[in-house]
Amino acid sequence: MSAAPTSAAGRIEIAGAAIRLGTGTAAFEVVRDIDLAIPSRQFVCLLGPSGCGKSTLLGALAGHLGLARGRLALDGQPVAGPHPERGIVFQQHTLLPWRRVVDNVAFGPKMRGVGRTERLARARDFLALVGLADFAERYPAELSGGMQQRVEIARVLINRPRILLMDEPFGALDAQTRLMMQELLLDIWTRLPTTVVFVTHDIDEALFLGDRVLVMSARPGRILEDIPLAFPRPRGRDLVTDPDFVALKRRCLDLLRPRDGQSPLPRLTPLGLPLQGAA
Amino acid sequence: MSTAALDAPGAALAAPPGSAEGRRLGRAAGRSALPLRRLATRAGALGLGLLAWHLAASHRLDLGPVTFRNVPAPAEVARAAWSLAQSPKLGAHVGASLARVLGGFLAALVAGIGLGLAIGRSRLAGDLLLPPLEVLRPIPAVAWIPLAILMFPSSEASMVFITFTGALFPILLNTVHGAEAASPRLVASARSLGAGRAAILREVVVPAALPSMVTGAAIGMGTAWFCLVTAEMISGQYGIGYFTWESYTLQNYDDIVVGMLLIGLLGMGSSVAVRALGRLAMPWTRGGRA
Repeated sequence: MSAAPTSAAGRIEIAGAAIRLGTGTAAFEVVRDIDLAIPSRQFVCLLGPSGCGKSTLLGALAGHLGLARGRLALDGQPVAGPHPERGIVFQQHTLLPWRRVVDNVAFGPKMRGVGRTERLARARDFLALVGLADFAERYPAELSGGMQQRVEIARVLINRPRILLMDEPFGALDAQTRLMMQELLLDIWTRLPTTVVFVTHDIDEALFLGDRVLVMSARPGRILEDIPLAFPRPRGRDLVTDPDFVALKRRCLDLLRPRDGQSPLPRLTPLGLPLQGAA
Repeated sequence: MSTAALDAPGAALAAPPGSAEGRRLGRAAGRSALPLRRLATRAGALGLGLLAWHLAASHRLDLGPVTFRNVPAPAEVARAAWSLAQSPKLGAHVGASLARVLGGFLAALVAGIGLGLAIGRSRLAGDLLLPPLEVLRPIPAVAWIPLAILMFPSSEASMVFITFTGALFPILLNTVHGAEAASPRLVASARSLGAGRAAILREVVVPAALPSMVTGAAIGMGTAWFCLVTAEMISGQYGIGYFTWESYTLQNYDDIVVGMLLIGLLGMGSSVAVRALGRLAMPWTRGGRA
């Protein structure tokens, strides 16, 4: 099957959504009044200051966090719990260290009961897609951070998700590798189009990748501005010096400028509150 | 699916920056042989220990609170060891002890890992199991002897039980620790890839806890040998622990030390074997970081 369109549409609808974290008196509202519709196969970037709840919202889309209020649906079906059709790529270190790269990628098919030969062959195809065909037999720890994230992407895409959720997936990479990964991601996305929700606090990254940028406010996170991006694709690096790009960047910088007396908040994760100690 | 459909847009990108930075792989044998110098130092340390022992015993050194007057010298111990080595009884002693230690150890492995995983992953299991286990934990092996005799119909089973009590807790506690430490992110991403409860346990929790389990097993193997003399006080005829205890009651001081050294060597050897098996079971911890 050639570049088979992903099964279903991948429309996201969020209405009046609020998410609370913490327990008892320490509980607080991370995001509130989120109303949002994302059409099929749109590439949406969630941009916001650290701790604003953009990762929290992503965690709710993935099904790892529940809503306190409101509604969240994929193709009309309410989101309830994690599911391979809503694939999520974390910032780092979520490959299984005890599985070879190819077995990591074959994990989803294995969970679906696909036979060993077939799932390994399929995993090799997806490793080739992210340019890592030669690293199939390695263990994740033998790969660089950028290569690990590529494996991560292959491991999620092999499940043919309706939506691809990415939580600052290139945030832990050096600048050079990050740029390379952005281009690779766009390249893959044109081959296997899915709805993408991409969380980042890097303005350039959001503007370079997205069809649309949603700028979020500091906590409690709300959507401040919904900016459509009409830059033609395929996009090249010279885009970042385009006057329109620069103008939009200035607008985002303005929106993200901390208000007086606001101190930066700790980063939240798609799984809720940050874990003590663990990076 | 055909490979052609997906032919690698990333392939061109793969070679330059990716692989360059990925080349710290180094399957370098992490634990190759020690350099000769350090081996010599270690052998020398053993030699010095022996020499000190020899001098103290042959000069019947008396330091007041501790005296070497009745301690056999290395040469006498070596003679006793030699005569034991000649005797057919050695095989029977070692075989009986090995069987008891292995029996107790394997039972502790099964129980410790099973209970440890349950406690580490389920709050209810922890609340149910931890309080009684914490009460049992400080009880020394010696104190179990009467009850072990009463509880088990055969003395063999009661000896195995006593080595079991020794090995259980290190394995159990390390497994609990390892299972609790399984990264929530790994669990969450596995769930997002379609893993259910059983698959999470099999694919994530158990491998994540494996290094702790191996550590616990190596320590547990040591404590099982530690309890051997206690266990074999019950024994009628065979076992290194029995041999040691019997030599004491017969005032065969050379043989006591032979028995002690044998237990030490066998205990050390089996802990090393457990660690080696553990490394075999965890190929991802060889080379690289991990």
